[in-house]
Amino acid sequence: MSAAAQSPGAARFCLVLLRRQLTLAVRRPIEIGNPLLFFAMVVALFPLGLGPAPDQLAGFAPGILWIIALLSNLLTSDTVFRSDFEDGSLEQLLLAPQPLFLSVLAYIGAHWLLTGLLLALVSPLFALMLNLPTPALGTLVASLLLGTAVLSLVGGIGAALTVGLKRGGVLITLLILPFYMPVLIFGSAAVRNAALGIPATPYLAIIGAMLCLAVALAPLAIAAGLRISVDA
Amino acid sequence: MSGNPGDPLLAVYDLCLERGGRELFRNLAFAVLPGQLLQVDGPNGAGKTSLLRILAGLSRYGFTGRVERSAPPLYLGHQPAVKALLTPRENLAWHVAGESAYDSRQIEDALAKVGLYGYEDVPSHALSAGQHRRVNLARLYLTARPLWLLDEPFTAIDRGGVADLEALLVAHVERGGAVVMTSHQLLQLDYRVQMLSLTEGLLA
Repeated sequence: MSAAAQSPGAARFCLVLLRRQLTLAVRRPIEIGNPLLFFAMVVALFPLGLGPAPDQLAGFAPGILWIIALLSNLLTSDTVFRSDFEDGSLEQLLLAPQPLFLSVLAYIGAHWLLTGLLLALVSPLFALMLNLPTPALGTLVASLLLGTAVLSLVGGIGAALTVGLKRGGVLITLLILPFYMPVLIFGSAAVRNAALGIPATPYLAIIGAMLCLAVALAPLAIAAGLRISVDA
Repeated sequence: MSGNPGDPLLAVYDLCLERGGRELFRNLAFAVLPGQLLQVDGPNGAGKTSLLRILAGLSRYGFTGRVERSAPPLYLGHQPAVKALLTPRENLAWHVAGESAYDSRQIEDALAKVGLYGYEDVPSHALSAGQHRRVNLARLYLTARPLWLLDEPFTAIDRGGVADLEALLVAHVERGGAVVMTSHQLLQLDYRVQMLSLTEGLLA
């Protein structure tokens, strides 16, 4: 028992957690593919349902793309802590000497990299399928990058509160959907403005402000939620 | 290891716990000193696991009383906290308990000691339930923490593994550590095992 066996620092521990979560996801690629597949399927359905008129589709495209991104985030947010809860890893995480605030951020960061970031990167492809004007593509990616990070953080709160429940799926939706609304409103408005040639930066700035708030506060709520869930 | 030798690693005052309208224990008070090996005794449902979770700091509500820890304990619960998609080596190197950064040599040694030599880089879903438990027990060979809280550590471990684990527990307390464990087995040790009764406190 040497004194050299020190606990790793918080930053290093976060990187370890991030690497662990990403490795776990890469070994189960279907989990990464699912939200993207969902996105592709629903986008393909809209022209069939609305009629294939390109102008009409272009008008609806910002809202459609944002709603699908929101729903695919909602589908995956339930899983952030579930497997760790079931195999006892979560208990060990709560007992770790490093601050839970940062550990939780690492979990959410991994979730965002695997859902939000990938969705944002492939979204121009789907936007072209819906005939979104090309000048709006940059704004779409930017708004999704910022917005899905907020969604992941807020979704993490719901996941932490419901992780102890056998079937938390519906409850988590009810809990966090109201908090998704502002992101949806400003996200789709940003893309709509960009499509019309109006500057979208004010909307992006508001989403950025939401992200700052979420990064500062959501981990506190997630950490408290996890402690309650593990305690019960 | 801790501050002064002889200081309690863990002290419990007036602990009372009620679950589902039933009182599990009341006014439980004891201290765990370096060199002590404590076995929590009681039938199923007596509150052994609840007590250990309180001692570890996982349960924060629903009980009255006070628990003082001089250092963070190592808690091994019912679940092995082993990820099926990771190899035993990755499970230990990236463990969420965030205890220490071990090099691969230390991890190989620990896995060899729990009988998993040659399984270091096999995905854990190819291992049995007992081997999952053994991956978790390998943490006992790696840790530097003085106080161990073990909840049924012998579950799903074969006879040879039980003997190894018993030897490890004795070695740990002889080095000045302490162990609080629950088990329904009687330990076969050359060391004084104190029994902790949830109704009567520490027995001589």
